[in-house]
Amino acid sequence: MLGMYLFLASEVLLFGGLFAGALTYRILYPEAVVAASARLHVWIGAANTALLLTSSLLVALAVQAADRGLRRPAAALLSGAAGLGFGFLVLKAVEYTKEIHQGLLPGFGGRFDFSSPVEQLFMNLYLVGTGLHAAHMTVGIAILAGLAWRIGRRSLPLPERAVTVAVCGLYWHLVDIVWVFLYPVLYLAR
Amino acid sequence: MTVSRSAPDDRSIEMGAGISEKTVAETAEERISYLRAGHTLRSWFFTTDHKRIALLYLVSVTFFFFIGGAAAALMRADLLTPEGDLLSNEGYNRAFTLHGVIMVWFFLIPSIPNVFGNFLLPLMIGARDLAFPRLNLISWYVYMVGGLFTVFILITGGVDTGWTFYTPLSSMFANGNVVLAATAIFVVGFSSIMTGLNFIVTVHTLRAPGMTWGRLPLFVWSHYATSIILVLATPVLTISLVLIAAERLFGIGIFDPALGGDPLLYQHLFWFYSHPAVYIMVLPALGVTSELVAAAARKPVFGYWFVAASSIAIALVGFLVWGHHMFVSGQSMYASAVFSFLSLVVAVPSGIKVYNWTATLYKGHISLDPPFLFAMGFIGLFVVGGLTGLILAMLAVDVHVHDTYFVVAHFHYIMVGGTVSAFFGALHYWWPKITGRRYSIVWGSLSAVFIFLGFNLTFFPQFLLGYLGMPRRYHVYDPGFQVLHVLSSAGATILGVAYLLPFAYLFYSLRNGEPAGPNPWGATGLEWTVASPPPKHNFETIPVVTRPPYDYEIEQESDAG
Repeated sequence: MLGMYLFLASEVLLFGGLFAGALTYRILYPEAVVAASARLHVWIGAANTALLLTSSLLVALAVQAADRGLRRPAAALLSGAAGLGFGFLVLKAVEYTKEIHQGLLPGFGGRFDFSSPVEQLFMNLYLVGTGLHAAHMTVGIAILAGLAWRIGRRSLPLPERAVTVAVCGLYWHLVDIVWVFLYPVLYLAR
Repeated sequence: MTVSRSAPDDRSIEMGAGISEKTVAETAEERISYLRAGHTLRSWFFTTDHKRIALLYLVSVTFFFFIGGAAAALMRADLLTPEGDLLSNEGYNRAFTLHGVIMVWFFLIPSIPNVFGNFLLPLMIGARDLAFPRLNLISWYVYMVGGLFTVFILITGGVDTGWTFYTPLSSMFANGNVVLAATAIFVVGFSSIMTGLNFIVTVHTLRAPGMTWGRLPLFVWSHYATSIILVLATPVLTISLVLIAAERLFGIGIFDPALGGDPLLYQHLFWFYSHPAVYIMVLPALGVTSELVAAAARKPVFGYWFVAASSIAIALVGFLVWGHHMFVSGQSMYASAVFSFLSLVVAVPSGIKVYNWTATLYKGHISLDPPFLFAMGFIGLFVVGGLTGLILAMLAVDVHVHDTYFVVAHFHYIMVGGTVSAFFGALHYWWPKITGRRYSIVWGSLSAVFIFLGFNLTFFPQFLLGYLGMPRRYHVYDPGFQVLHVLSSAGATILGVAYLLPFAYLFYSLRNGEPAGPNPWGATGLEWTVASPPPKHNFETIPVVTRPPYDYEIEQESDAG
């Protein structure tokens, strides 16, 4: 457990660097940041937030179930959480597609006519931040799904190995918390 | 340290294995040293034994030390003459970049923690292995992958940005393999994080019964502090490199002013990692020195808790001083003043250590065997490096000597005079434990002396060069500087030969050295209670610790107050 907490601390520092950059630009160029943030799809982001928070709830319940040795509920909850996570990624893909068509994202051709370079920079930060988060989500979904599989096939005996579920749950919660900070910083700058 | 062996059915720390009656064969097998337990390549490359992994690291860091040293040799040869005649401008840039990248990430950062930390940490706390043995092995493989990337870059023409990868050169204008280099360091950063994580969890969870925090050797304290930095600072480097790669590959202009970005942001992110990184490089060396000084004087370290706390203080305050690398970058005067003040503060714990070592030596029975010569050399060179660090921390002075050879000399005094000396000191001290052999004291002492002299001849002139205005990273210079450069290059030659000496006599000792007993130096510490070389699982029974650390007999002083 301690090992996982330490790893999570390092992940916090990783995203921390990004947030430091975002904070810098928020302070230096408030209007441009607000203008750029307004272009993001707040409602897709909100839906994603809801999905992710619910999935975290399912994971927390799964950890409890694992502690009590309840195999089927634990596996079901974990699969549900993974499924919701997958839904998050689907919505994210939809969102990215929209933004690519609008030419908002760099590297995909079709430059949007930004009124200031800082706006473009903000979109870049958005891409890097949410992209990095999505990468972590993918890993997390794989872990949750793998856990559910192993519990289902009884290769992870519960409640003896409940700590494994707890440790993986911690990782998922970190991914969730990162999003909880990412969403307001990116989508709700006013 | 005297320990009492507990009864055979004591609580075993080994995961899942209760101690049951052992067969005679099992007990005998346990006494086989880790070196002999398994001869196949598989048993070495798939080992989870922390001692074997430490040796894997020893071979790799030595290999990279040579490559980095070769780059240095090229540079010093080119600097013999004021014209840039040996290397082209681009070539010289690539040489110093390679030298920095390899020496920092592939030698200095892993050297003491991954060789001696891996080998000794479990032994010193009375454990059978680290908390995550497989993670330990993976960290070596990750390190090697990063290293291979770097060798590949070396072959395909290198990078010319300097090890600091400042934007906008690195993100926009540099030719060469910037993204590859960033990837290599990105990869090797994970090795650091894994190691740090492993050490922290090990110290928290695997200490033997009775091994309270107050009985830990100071080596363990310093590695614990180092691990804090490893886990918390390295990810910031990771994100900085990701952003550089993103800018080069996808045009994501975080550091590009034309896109609203700020190149200075890179410097902040980079140095937020890289300043703590230099403490990663020096804290383990400070821990080694504490061990060597106590053993040299045959006295407990003076002010144990102050020395232990100073390691943690260095780790924590070290996160607050990154701006002292940026005094002339255009950051605000107020920020610079604050960083200057904090940089003075961070020197205090290091000073506490030096005073405490001196007090430890006072009235001790000082031995001048090779490891202790290296430790004395360390203290002298570290003090010079530290004092010149204070000079650089003074904002007003730094404005004049920033980016000159003064800075180069300062950090080489700490990293080479300090860390590399401590590495050699550790090598000479724990060599009998690791290999079970003793080496020639005469040759060991000679190499310690030559390293000290060669080092000073190489780097002391560089303080003068910097003070007189010679910029760093230049290979074309005013002919007036030539004398000092020639002195420095001459010293480098001596230093290079001196570094090669231990290869000869240490290798020789592997076959021809006297077998070492468990405790050839008469030192305290759990690692000296097991055979040399240690058996595969370290301890037959986990010891129970009852005495304080450094439990040497102290002579009664008649004037004790």
